[in-house]
Amino acid sequence: MSNPSNLKYTASHEWVKTEADGSITVGITQHAQELLGDMVFVEAPTTGRKLKAGEECAVVESVKAAADVYAPLAGEVLAANADLDGSPENINSDPYGAWIFKMKPDNAADIDALMDAAAYQAAVDSEAH
Amino acid sequence: MTTLKVTPLNAAHRAMGAKMVDFGGWDMPVNYGSQIDEHHQVRNDVGMFDVCHMRVVDAKGDGVRAFLRYLLANNADKITVPGKALYSAMLRPNGGVIDDLIIYFMTEQWFRIVVNAGTADKDIAWMKEQAAVHAPALIITSRDDLAMVAIQGPNARAKVWEVLPQTKAATENLVNFQAADCGEYFVARTGYTGEDGFEVMLPKENVEAFWYALNKVGVKPIGLGARDTLRLEAGMNLYGQDMDESVGPLESGLAWTVDLKSERDFIGKAALLANPPSSKLVGLVLLDRGVLRGHQKVQTPHGEGEITSGSFSPTLERSIALARVPNGVAIGDTVQVAIRDKLLNASVVKYPFARNGKAVI
Repeated sequence: MSNPSNLKYTASHEWVKTEADGSITVGITQHAQELLGDMVFVEAPTTGRKLKAGEECAVVESVKAAADVYAPLAGEVLAANADLDGSPENINSDPYGAWIFKMKPDNAADIDALMDAAAYQAAVDSEAH
Repeated sequence: MTTLKVTPLNAAHRAMGAKMVDFGGWDMPVNYGSQIDEHHQVRNDVGMFDVCHMRVVDAKGDGVRAFLRYLLANNADKITVPGKALYSAMLRPNGGVIDDLIIYFMTEQWFRIVVNAGTADKDIAWMKEQAAVHAPALIITSRDDLAMVAIQGPNARAKVWEVLPQTKAATENLVNFQAADCGEYFVARTGYTGEDGFEVMLPKENVEAFWYALNKVGVKPIGLGARDTLRLEAGMNLYGQDMDESVGPLESGLAWTVDLKSERDFIGKAALLANPPSSKLVGLVLLDRGVLRGHQKVQTPHGEGEITSGSFSPTLERSIALARVPNGVAIGDTVQVAIRDKLLNASVVKYPFARNGKAVI
């Protein structure tokens, strides 16, 4: 599965989608879910929480391990994906559909500083060597 | 960069799509896709595990029984029927656990021992050191020429007989924890999953063909990920996590394997008698949402404990753990586990959690 070109990415393996209203939707990448394996628990941030860029704000747990999810940029949490409470495995089957939380960025221009799909793929490839 | 050790099945794992990981210096398959699917595959049908990294040791010569009687915490005298196996801890004089292992009584001149991968070298060094003093005529051989495959699940034995029909007559009447020496194949009705099945030891050069032959009759490969959740549900200890040289067997849920009743002396016995345990191993089932993991702290009215192994149980569909807690904690108590910034409730249970395809708590 390739990384969708309409998304932005972080070095810590989050994907970021910019919505029409200027909010962002965040999930973890195909590469991240593959590293973690079968997902069994997601702890999402509470709505209204103010996050700094790079702050730990969610946890995804597979059978194998727990991994932190980081805020891709500064802002406020607007919503968490309640579907993942009952079906965390959606992250495995559909990593770019199974979003974890939505944010309102403090500064919309921060999104431009994130990696595009090609830069993210290059970062993943260099990690593997 | 260190080079990882490989088993003779390394190429087969890669050909079957395994995700490989560094497991204590060995390049091993963690899964071949979904580890939860692999877990259910073993509980409900049959799967096979590469356990070539574990070490087979043969102890041969007069007096081998007497030597093992002194070397091990469990009593070798309990096994008198040929092929019968015994699980035991091997202790330091201070009672710390060097390793847990299985011995098979074959003849009064031959016991076979299977030890863990990560401890094999120190185990053999310890055995030889003790033998030099107590049984100098004994010959202890690391069988590096042998490979081992575990076939586990309700349909495991039938699948092995399909591939190795020549072993059926000698193995169909084996009881649990008994082995038969079938020439090239040493077939033991043992395992680490809580399911029926065999562990088969065979010459290294034959193991790849054996692996593919099993696969051809429908036996799916299972990685170390599912091996860990299967053994945890079955309430089986993992050396290095649930016990090691810093703790004794009585604090590690292994009292049932330590024979303190007989007159027999064994290495570590005096230390065990002098130091009654103040903690014990119990099972935990998480009542809140989350996942229990090793080293998380457990808060109880009797003091703090610690999780030794924790994961998600595919059979129970909730998180379970083994934890070392103060003796005062009782089955049925609710305790709190510190997970990140939260205290989550867990119920104290008597393990195993699952065996023979079903939840048992």
